[in-house]
Amino acid sequence: MTALLEASGIRKKFGTREVLRGLGLTAGRGDVISMIGASGSGKSTFLRCLNFLEHPTEGQIAFAGAALTCRRDRLGDLVVADEAQLRAFRARVTMVFQQFNLWSHMTARENVMLGPIRVHGLSKAEAAERADHYLARVGVAHRAAAYPGFLSGGEQQRVAIARALAMEPELMLFDEPTSALDPELVGEVLRVMRSLAEEGRTMIVVTHEMNFAREVSNRVIFLDQGVIAEEGDPREVLRRPSTERLQGFLAAQAA
Amino acid sequence: MFHGYLPMILDGLRITLSVALVSLAVASVFGLMGATAKLSASPVLRAVAGTYTTVIRALPDLLLMLIVFYGGQILLNRFTTAQGWGYVDVNAFAAGTITLGFVFGAYLTETFRGAILAIPRGQAEAGHAIGLTRGQVLRDIVLPQMIRHAIPGFTNNWLVLLKATALVSIIGLDDMVHRASLASAATREPFTFYALIGVIYLGVTTVSILALGALNRRVSRGVRAEAAR
Repeated sequence: MTALLEASGIRKKFGTREVLRGLGLTAGRGDVISMIGASGSGKSTFLRCLNFLEHPTEGQIAFAGAALTCRRDRLGDLVVADEAQLRAFRARVTMVFQQFNLWSHMTARENVMLGPIRVHGLSKAEAAERADHYLARVGVAHRAAAYPGFLSGGEQQRVAIARALAMEPELMLFDEPTSALDPELVGEVLRVMRSLAEEGRTMIVVTHEMNFAREVSNRVIFLDQGVIAEEGDPREVLRRPSTERLQGFLAAQAA
Repeated sequence: MFHGYLPMILDGLRITLSVALVSLAVASVFGLMGATAKLSASPVLRAVAGTYTTVIRALPDLLLMLIVFYGGQILLNRFTTAQGWGYVDVNAFAAGTITLGFVFGAYLTETFRGAILAIPRGQAEAGHAIGLTRGQVLRDIVLPQMIRHAIPGFTNNWLVLLKATALVSIIGLDDMVHRASLASAATREPFTFYALIGVIYLGVTTVSILALGALNRRVSRGVRAEAAR
């Protein structure tokens, strides 16, 4: 079986500073991969390279067996040559952001409707129906008519997850989805993510939640200074880390 | 009280408002193009837009109007004479609106640029991340949010533009100020007529402020009251 997403040799330079120094990742269907690491280790940048929100300096990315053909931009970084191919790819690989990034001028329902209308060509009525379905799925159906500014952080993030789900993606990327939340709101978002994992969705999650990494994901990747320092089964890797860096990181997390 | 000149003055108001509204439309087009150019990745576009806003904002509006009106007329006629088409008279309404639109486009460029920069980066990013085109991100996400941030600066520019239409009387457009000067010369009551159009300007600007305030409330629906300030 071919991998769903295959990234290899990813490097990223900001000016002369190299923050990603050759990383690869293979996600099969149904995989839930947690990426952990100290801030500045490059985990968010790596995740954002996977859907080209950040342009990698080197590397290849293939989705469902098809490589994305790249060219160099003005700065010498890689961008997908064919914009239509990039858009089709992004519609199948959606992302949930740390700061939610809900569109502030649209209600929760309108936020979820926009992608299906514009990308999938749904009518307004069909999109509204789909939006209500996914808002209910994440438990915020009662807030459908509210603007993001009037929602709690946890509600906003669940609406953002509904917005990503409404694209009916094959892979979901989560960029520290609970890091901007008040501690008492983290649980409601993690519960939704856990239930998504249980229904067999493929997810790559950058996170500081060690319990999530341990209990929900089937693979954990530890990034350190722009390289993968350790990876494998979370129960193994997190219980018996083989590198000093990961031992130190886990001790700091537990403290 | 106005010796029967009131209808003539009010007809001048119609011209003043037409000049102002058409100029505003032209200025908004220049402003949007200028702002997009200033924020584009292309160094050439950025340089062109930078020169435009720097030069225009550095010169008095009246000077620019005279340069465009007389200079434009000379250039146009050199061209048409060379082509053997004969003399062309520049229409004062067209010259006035194009000049005012071009001048205030430079100010609106800055207003729109600031308004776009005020939108958090993640808003457009979230659109790209689900596969929207650049055009869709601009139309569905950036422009609607830009309006809210642009309203204060836009209101200011509109008020200044409305008053600047008085300059078009100098190049021979028959606006409200020109009508008032005719009436005051005929009746030898300058104060009466200048005070009258002063009150009319005040009325128009007051209505503008109220209307743009209403628009502001409409586009701020998603914003909580304490965050809106």
